[in-house]
Amino acid sequence: MTETNTNSRIGEELLSVNNIDLSFGGVKALTDISFNINKGEIRSIIGPNGAGKSSMLNVINGFYQPQVGHVRFKGKDYTPMRPALAAKSGIARTFQNIALFKGMSTLDNIMTGRYLKMHSSFIEQALYIGRAKREELEHREKVEEIIDFLEIEAIRKTPVGRLPYGLQKRVELARALAMEPELLLLDEPMAGMNLEEKEDMSRYIIDVNEQFGTTIALIEHDMGVVMDLSDRVVVLDYGRKLADGSPDEVSSNQDVIDAYLGVSH
Amino acid sequence: MTETNKLDTFPKLLRHNAEMRAKRPAIREKDHGIWQSWTWAEVYEEVKAYAAGLDKLGLKAGDHIGIVGSNRPRLYWTMAAAQFLGAIPVPVYADGVAEELQYILDNAEVTFVVTEDQEQTDKILSVQENVPTLKQIIFDDPRGLRDYDEDNLHDYVNVVDAGKQVVKKDLAWADRMIDATKAEKASIMLYTSGTTGKPKGVVLSHNNILITARNAVDLEGLNETDEVLAYLPMAWVGDHIFSYAQSLVAGFCVSCPESTDTVLNDLWELGPTYYFAPPRIFESTLTTVMIRMEDASKIKRKMFHYFMDHARKTGVDILDGKSVGLLDRIKYAIGNTLVYAPLKNALGLSRIRLGYTAGEAIGPEIFEFYRSLGINLKQLYGMTEASVFVAIQPNGEIKADTVGVPAPDVEVKVEDNGEIMYRGPGTFMEYYKNPESTAETKQADGWVHTGDAGFFDEDGHIKIIDRAKDVGKLNDGTMMAPKYIENKLKFFPNIKEAVAFGHDRDYCAAFINFDLEAVGNWAERNNIAYASYQELAAHPEVYKIMKEHVEAVNRSLATEERVAGSQIKRFLVLHKALDADDGELTRTSKVRRKFVAERYEPLIDALYSDKTSCHIETEVTYEDGRKGSISADVQIMDADTFPFNATAMAAAAE
Repeated sequence: MTETNTNSRIGEELLSVNNIDLSFGGVKALTDISFNINKGEIRSIIGPNGAGKSSMLNVINGFYQPQVGHVRFKGKDYTPMRPALAAKSGIARTFQNIALFKGMSTLDNIMTGRYLKMHSSFIEQALYIGRAKREELEHREKVEEIIDFLEIEAIRKTPVGRLPYGLQKRVELARALAMEPELLLLDEPMAGMNLEEKEDMSRYIIDVNEQFGTTIALIEHDMGVVMDLSDRVVVLDYGRKLADGSPDEVSSNQDVIDAYLGVSH
Repeated sequence: MTETNKLDTFPKLLRHNAEMRAKRPAIREKDHGIWQSWTWAEVYEEVKAYAAGLDKLGLKAGDHIGIVGSNRPRLYWTMAAAQFLGAIPVPVYADGVAEELQYILDNAEVTFVVTEDQEQTDKILSVQENVPTLKQIIFDDPRGLRDYDEDNLHDYVNVVDAGKQVVKKDLAWADRMIDATKAEKASIMLYTSGTTGKPKGVVLSHNNILITARNAVDLEGLNETDEVLAYLPMAWVGDHIFSYAQSLVAGFCVSCPESTDTVLNDLWELGPTYYFAPPRIFESTLTTVMIRMEDASKIKRKMFHYFMDHARKTGVDILDGKSVGLLDRIKYAIGNTLVYAPLKNALGLSRIRLGYTAGEAIGPEIFEFYRSLGINLKQLYGMTEASVFVAIQPNGEIKADTVGVPAPDVEVKVEDNGEIMYRGPGTFMEYYKNPESTAETKQADGWVHTGDAGFFDEDGHIKIIDRAKDVGKLNDGTMMAPKYIENKLKFFPNIKEAVAFGHDRDYCAAFINFDLEAVGNWAERNNIAYASYQELAAHPEVYKIMKEHVEAVNRSLATEERVAGSQIKRFLVLHKALDADDGELTRTSKVRRKFVAERYEPLIDALYSDKTSCHIETEVTYEDGRKGSISADVQIMDADTFPFNATAMAAAAE
């Protein structure tokens, strides 16, 4: 539909997962999954509960190590990917269950996202001298840009634990953005939100993608949101890939419809 | 004096300030967590280039240019730049839905619109085909607008850059434009909020605004060191005077908050010296303070109440410079250190030299609370059609229930039917494209109908009781001023909004909206679980509290001969909060009485029958324009009334 429009934004392959098998003991979480994510696109992973979506994200950023298969990111093979490596090479993520420092302010939480970019030593930071001071200012500026971008000025100094759920989700997105990632993994960014919060979040995701050119991989249950946002969608069911393609293709695929609505056997 | 006389238009004033106050800050905005400021010289350069850019895009003298957004420096500069070219800025309430904007933009025949961000731009784009005159749209914040490919959509930065080339080449361009501006020409068009029917465009000249603004600056002694926070809608005449015109006249700096959610914090950081807020803001601040005090430790609570009692006794007299005993003064000084100063600081009011409130009557207790803290809060009476100032309370002669004496150069009189009329330099030119309304409101001899009923008290202070057309009569001939009754109800912190009925009826009755923050807090403290406004509204305990309030109002009405007959016999608590999105309130939060009466007709009928409850279904509009409906069984309750008794005065004052 908007082929010409999207083509200019989307570049070549950024990441691919190839023939991933993941099992926990006797439970097979993922079976022979392969797909890729192109630069600049919004890629959704959908599927019923327990389909292996979160496992898939965890494989991508190295939380889980698959028994078979490998992750290829920016032309380099990782077998296996490790979380620290993923973060260093430009993959950031948010979690399905918010993982923030509840006692710290919004600002400090986002600042932690800049940790990898800081080079000053522990002593310098403790005494706030030398590089530490300059770095702090530099990073604060970047963080303020993100605060402005996500419109969370009013809660800059509020401890995160006191914020409502929807805002906490936004802070988590802010922290991930603070890493200036090339690939952003969002695990159900809209779970538990009301309609207005969902619409806001959708807008932020589109804006992040457009303004920073960040590639986004997204797990989401709300089909309306998925179909609106995504360039391509991959569908998982019982750890297997069911379909892969544009939102239109996927939503008219009989297997997908069956998996979501159920069929009489 | 001849020097200042030449400064009779906005662009001339701006040029003057750029020369005389080149290095002083003119405007500030909190951005990226830091207050960024621009000096008068910088603002002048920017506005000059912006004006040239607008000129290049085709904005002409006499054109209207819509401004949609919250208080941002670039939107204020849009006003200034438009005035450079002799074009007329038309600021619009930014929280209005697209259809409301469309009406105003179409009625004003705007050729340009300047928007704050994507949200506002989307609204304009969605209505642009219904505004045939609209040619160009300019936006301030480019976020999310990158992929829009409309040809007539421009980034503010590009417009200014284009303008810079022009000003660089033609150095005399700006001076030519400025010298061509005329004081008696229209400088701005502001739409009335539409309490009565469709909004009307009030056209005001440079003279109207500047003379009025200058008079008030002189009267109150404002100067370039004052600080103002611009946080009220730009479309409202008050903001135009306080944050724009007076800033240019007196040369003080105006600060724009970071976002609408951060206003309180920004206020606290900035500590303005000159502050305006409608009563409801003072009211909600006070409610918040009181609620937080309830949660404070026992010692703090005791200390607070002890010293607040003392302030109530002596604070106002000290502020007004009346004689107060030495002991009381010492006690007040101690209270100041322990309570008043920290409290003022927490509210961001430490440095206030002058505070105004207007738009509605303010509750005497609220008014006195702030004054007793040593804040020089004054009421004023004004309207868009008068460039705000009709009457101001003079320093040292402040009474909670009057709006003071006529402003400088303004004459005020009361007609036989009780309506207040005024005549003065701020009197508007006309209602745009509406000669009928203009003729109805503005007489040939310069007197203007305010539509408000009131009278002069024994000291020559003006007392407003209600809209003249709303003052009605009960069937037995008793006068019934709905607003007067409603205000008495609204002075209770628990009551947010009230609507009284009674014209051509046998008795008075009222709708009540409680304050969810106050009553919700009370419910929490009393272990009453609730999920929504509606649920709490039907709670018998809430009804009990409201009944007590209504009866207290009745007791106070019983002490005043003229209104003793209009006591509230029956009332109900509405099942939903009155809301501007449903058209029940104006954008400035005034009740649209007629609309409410039609919408809730079954409830009114029930109030004037013997029913004890009434079923009603109401359509509601969500913020994004979608509609839904709520239904409820609203309970109706009788309240006790009291015979007229002037001696009960003391008891009623409790």
